[in-house]
Amino acid sequence: MSSKPVIATASLAGCFGCHMSFLDIDERLLELIELVEFDKSPIDDLKHFTRPVDIGLIEGGCCNAENVEVLRSFRKNCRILISLGECAVMGGLPAMRNTISLKDCLEEAYLNSPTVAPEDRVIPNDEDLPLILDRVYPCHEIVKIDYFLPGCPPSADLIWEALTALVQNRPMKLDYQLIKYD
Amino acid sequence: MPEKLKFSIDGREGLADQGMTIYEAAKANGVYIPVLCHYEGLKPVGSCRICSVLVNGRWMASCTQPLSEGMVIENNTPQVIEYRRAIIEMLFSEGNHFCPACEKSGNCELQALAYRYSIMVPRFPYQFPQRQIEAYPGFLLEHNRCVQCQRCVRAIQTEDGRKIFAMKNRSKDVRVNVDPKLAAKLSPDQIQKAMDICPVGAILKKEVGFIRPIGQRKYDRQPIGSEIEGKK
Repeated sequence: MSSKPVIATASLAGCFGCHMSFLDIDERLLELIELVEFDKSPIDDLKHFTRPVDIGLIEGGCCNAENVEVLRSFRKNCRILISLGECAVMGGLPAMRNTISLKDCLEEAYLNSPTVAPEDRVIPNDEDLPLILDRVYPCHEIVKIDYFLPGCPPSADLIWEALTALVQNRPMKLDYQLIKYD
Repeated sequence: MPEKLKFSIDGREGLADQGMTIYEAAKANGVYIPVLCHYEGLKPVGSCRICSVLVNGRWMASCTQPLSEGMVIENNTPQVIEYRRAIIEMLFSEGNHFCPACEKSGNCELQALAYRYSIMVPRFPYQFPQRQIEAYPGFLLEHNRCVQCQRCVRAIQTEDGRKIFAMKNRSKDVRVNVDPKLAAKLSPDQIQKAMDICPVGAILKKEVGFIRPIGQRKYDRQPIGSEIEGKK
């Protein structure tokens, strides 16, 4: 058994852009796998938690019941939980629907949109589909979040600095150009 | 020549002309006090309170408060900075500020202030209010982003001095209102001026969105206020 810190990541109501930005740390990935191990994450394709995790990275906010379930399981299994990117921090572009009622959203998407064929005009309501929420919630409105890394996406340098600072147990050095909301 | 007034700001001595506001005096001495509703050349209204400083333990809006002899001003102290952060965070949670989708991103003063004060997330819950976007010939009025600073109300007029923008309603319902007939006659230069004077992305000139690439925008590299701080 190794004693390396363990990292888990998830994309909820996001676009995977934050994960792409994570991969943008480029050759530092080699350095990273010396420093940490991955548990549940799209990066190693582990679907379930296999052990206690030190740092959980959450991309995207919560737009449906499944997002909430995953987020709660991350909170339960991770010592430190980080909101990664605008969607996790404030709902982001999916939250643009928050100013429109859910009924109007569903009708526009599945009934009234000009690209929906007349025979396909039905609002999905299968019990296997996660229930959509009344609005998109930032992660910290569902569970306690320890750190917030804004950006759309957060730059690779910001993710690298935050992760290495946490792993090495030192304060984050956040230069002016690292904090951006776009 | 009128006598200069002596003052101190964060322990630094300064001299300024009589009749200056605290904000102007600080600026003349190379000290940045953040402003959002105030704009050079316009009559200050002191509505946003971002420029608040502590003088003798009392809060004062430095854009409207005249400087007086011997004032001892607190500007960059932890208490004042925390107060300003709270105002910025309130503005971010009060409106719908989707920075990634905003044409003003990178040139936005509200965003730049949040960057300057390293705000990662507002402490207040997001309100997601329901607001409209109004389209006029040549420009858009995006109420989701408006911070009701009234810069456009004060700055933009027709040649015969009639106002195009005005405030309507009160309290939390206060909005910028446009005279559509006068707005239709705005020249492209006037629309550009309105867009430039708007601290956020509420007034947007059509057909020029995202014209400056990321990295070359106003606040991409240097924090807001560094142009003042660099002077002295």
